[in-house]
Amino acid sequence: METPLIEFRNVTKRFGGKTVLDRVSVKIYENRITTIIGKSGSGKSVLLKHIIGLLEPDEGSILFQGKPVHAMKKSERDDYRSRIAYLFQNNALLDSMTVFENVAFPLRQTTTLSRAEIARRVLRRIEDLELVEAAGKYPAELSGGMQKRVALARALVTDPEIVLFDEPTTGQDPVRKNMILSMIVHYRRKFGFTAVLISHDIPDVFFISDRIVMLWEGSVGFEGTYEEAGRQKLPLLDEFLRSLEGFQDELTGLLSREAFRVHYAAMLGASAPFATGSAALFSVEFERLEENLGPQAALEVIRALGEYTNRHFSSVGGFSTRHKRDQILTMFPHTRPDEAKELVAGFAQELKEEALSRVMSIAGPVTGNEACFEIHVCAGVTGVSPTDDIDQIIERALATQEVVATHRCESGG
Amino acid sequence: MRASDPLSAPFAFMGREFLRLLGNLGAIAIFFSLAFVRIFHRKQLPQLADQIFSIGAGSSLIVALVGLFTGMVLGLQLFYTLVKFGSVGALGSAVALSLVRELGPVLTAIVITARAGSAMAAEIGTLRISEQVDALYTMKVDPVRYLISPRVASSIISFPLLTAFFDLVGIMGGYATGVLLLGTNGGTYWYRVQSSLDIVDIRGGFIKSLVFAVIVSSICCFQGYFCHMRSDGFGAKAVGLATISAVVLSCVMILIADYVVTSFLM
Repeated sequence: METPLIEFRNVTKRFGGKTVLDRVSVKIYENRITTIIGKSGSGKSVLLKHIIGLLEPDEGSILFQGKPVHAMKKSERDDYRSRIAYLFQNNALLDSMTVFENVAFPLRQTTTLSRAEIARRVLRRIEDLELVEAAGKYPAELSGGMQKRVALARALVTDPEIVLFDEPTTGQDPVRKNMILSMIVHYRRKFGFTAVLISHDIPDVFFISDRIVMLWEGSVGFEGTYEEAGRQKLPLLDEFLRSLEGFQDELTGLLSREAFRVHYAAMLGASAPFATGSAALFSVEFERLEENLGPQAALEVIRALGEYTNRHFSSVGGFSTRHKRDQILTMFPHTRPDEAKELVAGFAQELKEEALSRVMSIAGPVTGNEACFEIHVCAGVTGVSPTDDIDQIIERALATQEVVATHRCESGG
Repeated sequence: MRASDPLSAPFAFMGREFLRLLGNLGAIAIFFSLAFVRIFHRKQLPQLADQIFSIGAGSSLIVALVGLFTGMVLGLQLFYTLVKFGSVGALGSAVALSLVRELGPVLTAIVITARAGSAMAAEIGTLRISEQVDALYTMKVDPVRYLISPRVASSIISFPLLTAFFDLVGIMGGYATGVLLLGTNGGTYWYRVQSSLDIVDIRGGFIKSLVFAVIVSSICCFQGYFCHMRSDGFGAKAVGLATISAVVLSCVMILIADYVVTSFLM
């Protein structure tokens, strides 16, 4: 069995008379993204601060690679801490320093690197996070989103093995939120660090998470994968997710997962006796797009796909939700699969003629990418019977997926 | 007699407060020791230079101004006192000894407390409440080493230098009133200054200024650093209260320490 990188064993933390963490046991595995969710005041930030040593448990222990942190020698503890970076909720940038100085600070203070090498590494991070123009500015002169990116640049400049993100997307617009999440995924893949994040951006944060931990009134209410969360039907988790999700997916404007389930249940109930129904699963290759066009353009593709899906199919009674980061599931009540296929073909035509070229026109200036690339949209259509649950429908639709629309650059290359 | 007894309650309160004060003084002493040993870190020089400029060079103008008027008023008061005894010739001695032994170290320390000590408490307090101190820790930068040690070190360097500057300007202020305004003999004034000042007096003033440097920097930094743990206020209010405590406590402790050190030096 895999040894957790960090393990909380019956950790209790009290502030005054208030117990914030009550015998919490959590496992964080290497090279994964673990997301901590929970109501405000449920102890998420406190849990994160225990990992880096800003807080010590009153009871219980925290283990790093199986070794209790409190029993470590000073050198071992220093080594442990040097592997971790922390992104604060309010960024905690040093406000008397410029962006460049902030990002350079950990390198200047904790390494013996030359000035030139420090400048090179800092500039690379600043470029990665699109902060070149802000390099000479002070944090107070930047927007909330830019400050967040500066904090991220500072957290990543030392190439840490574990990065703790305390609500990295708070206060950002939907595209920027997803960009930050994309960045976390991108850098996690590039540098291989273990990420632990607190976020409420449902569903997007679930799409990038390998594990989810839900804290509920100081205890662990759920720990497992997103799929397990869907399967287990825990009332606490369902209640919490419903309270966060709302009705619409922020990025695409499609129905939230929960709202989609309600519509689907209504569709089954209304069709008595249930006659016909179909479903289509659309997908784009997000990772390839992100690699070629950058995260912003890739997100624009997802957003456009969502927008066009909504517009095209709502007129015929269809309703859609985002299943994964780059998959959209649409239900067609009272529609036979062959009719649904025709609808999808018409939609694919509209995508080709309008949507994808619009996205390309956005993507070009954003990325400055002159290279030629293609966008493929795949779709799979399947019939729906009253006994089907959503996962089965997705599985069948996925099996029938084929490319329905492609946009190729016209300049060649 | 039970603790809730109305007769014993004031004593219980005094005892609790005394114990609290003792605990705080102990905590400040430990805090200073931790900061002092970290002064000699290899990456300390830029912060040290910055703080010497801020605490030392930045305070020199106000120290000179206070020193000048203190010397002038001393010259004026002592002139009219000495005239009654026919000892106007001793004006230089009286001004110089008062300044070097007593007024120089004490007033310099109080002026620096007002100017730089309050800034130390407010600056560190602001860093604390905006989680910048925690951010230093997470970046493996020791906050005591980075924030406190340079302030303690630069106070230890700056206080004696500014005290000497205060003394010099004060003696010149005494010359301005005693000699230029009231017509005492200038040669006699300088001769008396030179002959009456002993190295023991200068050493005493130097020791006092060092003690005050330790007191002011420790108290002001301590108040700012732990402002988040105050029970009487949070956030910006805690920073304000920490600054008030820093200035008031420093001034009181300067005067108490002045008496104690003087009694040892006499």
